[in-house]
Amino acid sequence: MKLFNKKKRRGGVRPPVFGFFCLGFFFTAVIFANLISPYDPNEGDLFNTTMPPAWQEDGTMAHILGTDMLGRDILSRIIHGSRMSLLISVGCILFYGSLGVILGLISGFRGGRTDMFIMRLADLWLSLPGIILLFMLASIYGPSAKTIIITFGIMGWPNYARIVRGECLSLKQRDFVRLARVAGCSELRIMFSHILPNVFNTIIIMATIEVGGIIVLTATMSFLGLGTQPPSCDWGLMLAEGRQYITYAWWLVTFPGIAIVITVLGFNLTGDWLREVMDPKQKLR
Amino acid sequence: MQTNQDNILELQNVTTTFFTKQGEVKAVDDVSFRVGKGETVGLVGESGCGKSVTSLSIMRLVPQPAGKIVSGKILFRNEDLMQKTEEEMRHLRGDRLSMILQDPMVAMNQLLTVGKQLGEPYVFHDKVKGSLQGMCIDLLRKVKVPAPESRVNDYPFQFSGGMSQRALIAMGIANNPDLLIADEPTTALDVTIATQVLKLMKEIQGETNSSIILITHDLATVAQICTRVLVMYAGRIVESAPIKTFYKNPAHPYSVGLIQSVPVLGRSVERLASISGQPPSLFAMPEGCRFAPRCDKAHKKCFKAYPPKTQLEDDHSAACWLYVKD
Repeated sequence: MKLFNKKKRRGGVRPPVFGFFCLGFFFTAVIFANLISPYDPNEGDLFNTTMPPAWQEDGTMAHILGTDMLGRDILSRIIHGSRMSLLISVGCILFYGSLGVILGLISGFRGGRTDMFIMRLADLWLSLPGIILLFMLASIYGPSAKTIIITFGIMGWPNYARIVRGECLSLKQRDFVRLARVAGCSELRIMFSHILPNVFNTIIIMATIEVGGIIVLTATMSFLGLGTQPPSCDWGLMLAEGRQYITYAWWLVTFPGIAIVITVLGFNLTGDWLREVMDPKQKLR
Repeated sequence: MQTNQDNILELQNVTTTFFTKQGEVKAVDDVSFRVGKGETVGLVGESGCGKSVTSLSIMRLVPQPAGKIVSGKILFRNEDLMQKTEEEMRHLRGDRLSMILQDPMVAMNQLLTVGKQLGEPYVFHDKVKGSLQGMCIDLLRKVKVPAPESRVNDYPFQFSGGMSQRALIAMGIANNPDLLIADEPTTALDVTIATQVLKLMKEIQGETNSSIILITHDLATVAQICTRVLVMYAGRIVESAPIKTFYKNPAHPYSVGLIQSVPVLGRSVERLASISGQPPSLFAMPEGCRFAPRCDKAHKKCFKAYPPKTQLEDDHSAACWLYVKD
């Protein structure tokens, strides 16, 4: 891959090996969930509830990370839970990313009143508490992964719109935009075929960095009971269910927690690195 | 100035103003000129005298909302461009009315292939016949880019400066425009490449019979390809002359100064003549002739009122009090 060759030229920007390692784990789990998980994640074994991990007394190699209060294998549930995390985060980002990018392009390119309107709307939007909206939507449509995606989708666009607008403001002054105009290009075409490819780097970087945040948020929502509902496997949900047994079965919350940490760390490290490699001008540090 | 059937473009008292926080700036002030069919007109003047704004005014692409064409008529093929809607303008741009931008290295989108951008004038104006790729290759061949078949898929950064400029010219002439505005097409190029590019433009003009407005501050460039010269100073046209008259017998003191400041091969001079002083600030235009403070022939009258345009010979006019007979 070309990206890797850049590490020498850019001096000091090394690929985050640990980050890739974490993501490797995550994506292996997502892709091969059915192959590598030892049990069906929703199949309980009521004779073997709350079994400790293998290395503890009473633990068996049959359930390496132990079982939960219904006798379901923790490892299998964590592996399958990765799919839900990816589904929700990608869903959210596609949803509000595209919304934000379109509004940002229009705002930055048109300028004037349109810009004013969209940006003030974004300010207003940022002041709305997302969690209240989520409560509201969850009570109307019922808590589910779909509700989370829609809520975050509605709430998240201002960040994208602002970044894209900022880039657009400087890009539209560039000569190639003028050239496109001289050639008789329509505004819509300039926006989407000339400016959009130029902001794509930024969008990808932002998305990678945000995946981590969304996974944490989703876990929080599920933990609060507003997200995915049993019996689907979700890391946040596992935390919520294990919480009441924490005093004598620490593994119920610890392993899903570690899974969240590893994944988020992986996305964040990779995102930071991508930013440095793909966009050396924009140092957000 | 009467409307002439042979004119492709005629500007009548065009004034373009920029409204800034520091005040209003008339970048183009009461400019009138005409361009005939198949004619090559050089528009010369120093930096910031309004050459580029004039060309943007013709294209109706003056940066909004700061700038505005406040008055005047721009007749293109006897139709007033000022009356056109943005939509109608878009159909003209890149089709009948085209422009070559200054800096070829930054004028192209670095993320799209040259071919893709070359094809744009065809795509927007529904002129694609057969394969678009083939049309782009033909265009590149026309401007003498070597190996156009493979070059068409290159990205702009893979092109040298001269080749980029050729590609831009190709884009400008794609639809055989009636008028081609070349805004300093050779400024970013070295002399040998510049000469080639100018030659190329001349050749293409011979084939397509389009008119060219060549904007430059380089008198040598003008001498190479233009048939008529317009000299611009501080937002106004001070002299208009056929090319030979301009070099042999310039009328306006500013034109005289410009020509004297060009070094001539083989003529040894102690020190090259230059025009002393600075062009006036656009915010504080002198009341009278704008060149008066720098002019060695200035007299009282020059500081009081702006001189009217005086016809000296056929096709040769200047705005200077020296030629006004009472």
